[in-house]
Amino acid sequence: MGTVAAHGLRKSFGKVQALDGVTLDVPNGAFFVVLGPSGAGKTTTLRAIAGLEKLDAGSVRLDGRDATADTPAERDLAMVFQSYALYPRRTAYENIASPLRARRSSSSEIAAAVDRVASLLHIERLLQRRPAQLSGGEMQRVALARALVRSPRAFLMDEPLTNLDLKLRVEMRTELTRIHRSLGATFVYVTNDQVEALSMADQVAVLKEGKVQQVGTPTEVYERPANQWVAGFVGSPPISLLACHAEGDRLVGADGWTLPRPRWTTAEDGRALMLGLRAEDLSVEQRGDASLPGEVYGLEPLGDRTVVDVRVGTEILKVKARPTITGTPGERLQVTVDLDRAHLFDAGTGLSLSQAGR
Amino acid sequence: MAVSVDEAVSAGPVPKHAPPTRRRSGRGRAIVEVALLTVLAVVMLFPVLWMIETSIKENRDVYAVPAKFFDFDVTLDHYRDVFVSSGLSVSFLNSVIVAGASTVLATVLGVPAAWAYSRFTLKAKKDQLFFILSTRFMPPVVVVIPIFLMYRYIGLIDSALGLILIYTAFNVPFTIWMMKGFVDEVPAEYEDAAMLDGYTRLQAFRKFTLPLLVPGIAATAVFALIFSWNEFVFAIFLTSSDEVRTAPPAIAGLIGGTTVDWGLVAASSVVFALPVLIFAYLVRKHLVAGVTLGAVRR
Repeated sequence: MGTVAAHGLRKSFGKVQALDGVTLDVPNGAFFVVLGPSGAGKTTTLRAIAGLEKLDAGSVRLDGRDATADTPAERDLAMVFQSYALYPRRTAYENIASPLRARRSSSSEIAAAVDRVASLLHIERLLQRRPAQLSGGEMQRVALARALVRSPRAFLMDEPLTNLDLKLRVEMRTELTRIHRSLGATFVYVTNDQVEALSMADQVAVLKEGKVQQVGTPTEVYERPANQWVAGFVGSPPISLLACHAEGDRLVGADGWTLPRPRWTTAEDGRALMLGLRAEDLSVEQRGDASLPGEVYGLEPLGDRTVVDVRVGTEILKVKARPTITGTPGERLQVTVDLDRAHLFDAGTGLSLSQAGR
Repeated sequence: MAVSVDEAVSAGPVPKHAPPTRRRSGRGRAIVEVALLTVLAVVMLFPVLWMIETSIKENRDVYAVPAKFFDFDVTLDHYRDVFVSSGLSVSFLNSVIVAGASTVLATVLGVPAAWAYSRFTLKAKKDQLFFILSTRFMPPVVVVIPIFLMYRYIGLIDSALGLILIYTAFNVPFTIWMMKGFVDEVPAEYEDAAMLDGYTRLQAFRKFTLPLLVPGIAATAVFALIFSWNEFVFAIFLTSSDEVRTAPPAIAGLIGGTTVDWGLVAASSVVFALPVLIFAYLVRKHLVAGVTLGAVRR
């Protein structure tokens, strides 16, 4: 068992409101990712769940029981810190054994548990070393092993891969997913890396300035962002946003372009809107009914694809294209828009207007 | 590139050229340095040397005019007198007890306080710390009369306990300030991790942070010990009997009779100075070493 529920978490540090009513429900066995830019309150949320942060308001329930007043030890959670926080004077073995020693396990139990987790993470040969003798990736594995050596209610991970180089990060991503599957345990995982969130999570909560913007599966968050900010934060290259308004059966852009009005939008005429278009829903290679006139602004070859920056009026659209595409800045072209996959947001509130019809 | 290296360098507000004087003279500069340092060393060390010489001279050589620097008769009689006939051994024992107890007390009280000030958010923390530091702003002699009156009222005059308490009172603020710096250097995450492991907050402090503070504690304790060991003003005002007196007023008391036994004064001064030197020597590594930093990436 391992459900984690946080309700209405509020916490301020001086004048900074770090958490402004954060509510999360993590089901048993989920790989739950809290995603947000730095300063969004992700780490504070995790520390509040762990019992390391005294809350101004709100409650934390673990397995349905109110644990708001419990000490970290009583909550029966394990945490991997961004800085790893390995005890410097102790060997990797003693670091990993620490949670078991704290719970007074016998030394034979400890030896068996440490061996098991060491082979799971391939760190058998590092056990007698001290943290100072380990590389970043090795420290990361030892820190992970210290969490995995027990079977706590849930595992909390605070940007565990952020300090690793790219290759190792990709490797550990696969490994963590594998470990999560094999343990079937609850993971609450904090990151600012949307690739980690989209590739590993069962559920993602997007956080901004201490407020939850959206909770959903990676697909939901990507395909149906709740608001303009989530649309802009999730996705690479970032979604292109164009100011416009509806006029009869057309969408009219601030720069004078027009597109057929999507069937699903309910916005009344004249209301200020933002049209969100993802790079893969735009094309400069195919023809369609809905298109925007523009000119080539620049090319970003990325190996497997090329992102074409197209200037439409005063805005830049990012368009995904074949890696072999060529173009010279200033060249006129038409950008075909897949309006069924476009997003419309209220320009004032930023809220999505796309949800209803889909 | 249109900009030359020189231009690029001089474009900065302060060109970082080394002062030319540092480069110019090699040998001449070294001679001046050595000469100045020699003068300094002689001025600083002559009294110490004279004290040591006096402590091992025969009495007639001590009073010889002109003073004998090299060809005096060596004796250890003065040292025997320090421990046997003068009664100073009681004073030294008192000094050990008073300085040791007050240092232990200040450390036991000050280290947890420093940890608390470092780790927790407290109301008006900066004001509290300033208040604690402010007790060190004035010299002890300023408060010696009020302390004397208070001590007389509660019966702590002429007692070892009285001295221990007043030295502790002076050392606790110092310990808190010194140790807060050392605790700040130890990442709080070790304790967070330990609490997640299943330890209580105090266990986390004791088992994980405290061992990393040992060098800092040693350094701080040496300073507290030296303060208590050397303290003179309170010792001479608050104690009067030979059974309670610590070494500084007792040694000072040797001067001022009709005749002064300078050999005994010098020998007792050497004995008095030695423990501090030895102690500082033993912990010299810790005095300069910072706190061992571990596996936390910052």
